[in-house]
Amino acid sequence: MQTKVVAAAVEPPSETETSVAVRGVKRGFRGARREPLLALAGVDLHVGANEVLGVVGPSGCGKSTLLELVAGLQEPDGGSVEVAGRSTAKARRELCAFMPQRDLLLPWRDALGNAALALECQGVPREEARSRAAPLLERFGLRGFEGARPAQLSGGMRQRVAFMRTLLPGRPVLLLDEPFASLDSITRASMQAWLADALAGEPRTVLLVTHDVEEALFLSDRVAVLSARPGRVMQELEVPLPRPRDRRAAVTDPELARLRERALEVLGS
Amino acid sequence: MRRWLPASALLLAFVGAWAWLASLPSVDDLTLASPAEVWGAFGDDRDLLLDNARVTLVEVLLGLVVSIVAGVTFAVAMHLSRTLRDATYPLLVASQAVPIVVLAPIFVLAFDYGIGPKLAIVALICFFPITVNVLDGLRSVEQDHLKLMRSFGASRLRTLRSVEVPAALPSFFSGLRVAATVSVIGAVFGEWAGADEGLGRLVLLGNNQLQTPRVYAGVVLLTLMAVALFTLVTLLERLTCPWNRSERTA
Repeated sequence: MQTKVVAAAVEPPSETETSVAVRGVKRGFRGARREPLLALAGVDLHVGANEVLGVVGPSGCGKSTLLELVAGLQEPDGGSVEVAGRSTAKARRELCAFMPQRDLLLPWRDALGNAALALECQGVPREEARSRAAPLLERFGLRGFEGARPAQLSGGMRQRVAFMRTLLPGRPVLLLDEPFASLDSITRASMQAWLADALAGEPRTVLLVTHDVEEALFLSDRVAVLSARPGRVMQELEVPLPRPRDRRAAVTDPELARLRERALEVLGS
Repeated sequence: MRRWLPASALLLAFVGAWAWLASLPSVDDLTLASPAEVWGAFGDDRDLLLDNARVTLVEVLLGLVVSIVAGVTFAVAMHLSRTLRDATYPLLVASQAVPIVVLAPIFVLAFDYGIGPKLAIVALICFFPITVNVLDGLRSVEQDHLKLMRSFGASRLRTLRSVEVPAALPSFFSGLRVAATVSVIGAVFGEWAGADEGLGRLVLLGNNQLQTPRVYAGVVLLTLMAVALFTLVTLLERLTCPWNRSERTA
């Protein structure tokens, strides 16, 4: 799937420094029996402009919490989160495009309407939002499905519509929460290749949360390995291969194999 | 077509049993008119029945419109304001415990003999299922969807319009279906409390004048009215919420 996402319909990301800095972030919750639970215990992360940082960790280690903190949907209990040097939740919300784990498409909107939703939320009139989303639909291999409702689309198609919705407002930072977790392995592989190409065509600052070490290594410049709850960065691994990578080469690359071993070792400890 | 078969068969069996029961010598003609006699009443009193049915139908439809406007407005307001919801929910439930039969004559005193008290009673009965269902529908939206809208920078009004209101549409129609069926009873109560025309009044008069076939004809018409309204609401739902059906069958 050789797809380029460079489209006039998408606003170019601003030229300002769009790095993400997470410093000593702590976040706690109340558990089912009202007992305090610590989700994140002092997380430090830095994602440079147009860099892809993969975040892997066991389930329940606070990965999704971390993304929502960066996205400005939550505030940390301690430490600070900055996107492009700005730390208010509102500023973070304006700079980040957040893609949750589930596609969350609205069942009453067709594919085009769902893709245009984020634009409409920013005040773009309905018809204009739809016409700006239309050329992207074709690039995402969804031509002819403009009028299809989510129930009529396959899992991979739904995920692509959700992805379009995330990209269209042209925000410089992408926060992806297990974007391919719900897909079968064949679709997942093709979507990963597609995302790698898309990011090569149009670089963005990306925070990619996943529990799949291979996915993180295949797509990212660096991979941060989180501990079980309370989440903490245990190790950061540099992936020394240029992006986008060829899947077959990636599978056999000895350097990647070594990194995979290392990550699994840290996760298993 | 096959879906209609069981219902038609049952209806036929019901009419048959009715005819048999009415033919029994021990059953008084004044208590139970036979289907043939009722059919005869439709022929003899055709204009009388239709004129009065029209009056009742107008009361029912206007009452439904009033209750839809009031119920939806109230549900949205309760959804947007937690304080309002907490304050008014007990009152809302209490409004349904009020015995309408007792209230109806008071409404007639207050609003005079015209269509006013009938509308008030129909609306009072129909308001509750609509409000409760719409409110439930608005609140049924998943937290994740609201979070997503917030991350898009959507305003409260935008989230209401694009997510919560469409999500509440099927619930609204569920409430409206209930309202449509009970609205006819409301109109009859209203007419019993005091009216110059309408099917409810016709049935009441027919009862006093021992015109049993006419009474049954009126009851059949009232029932048909409720069934027709129910069907109309179901059709409207299919037209406005096609995704709801395709999701269920998918």
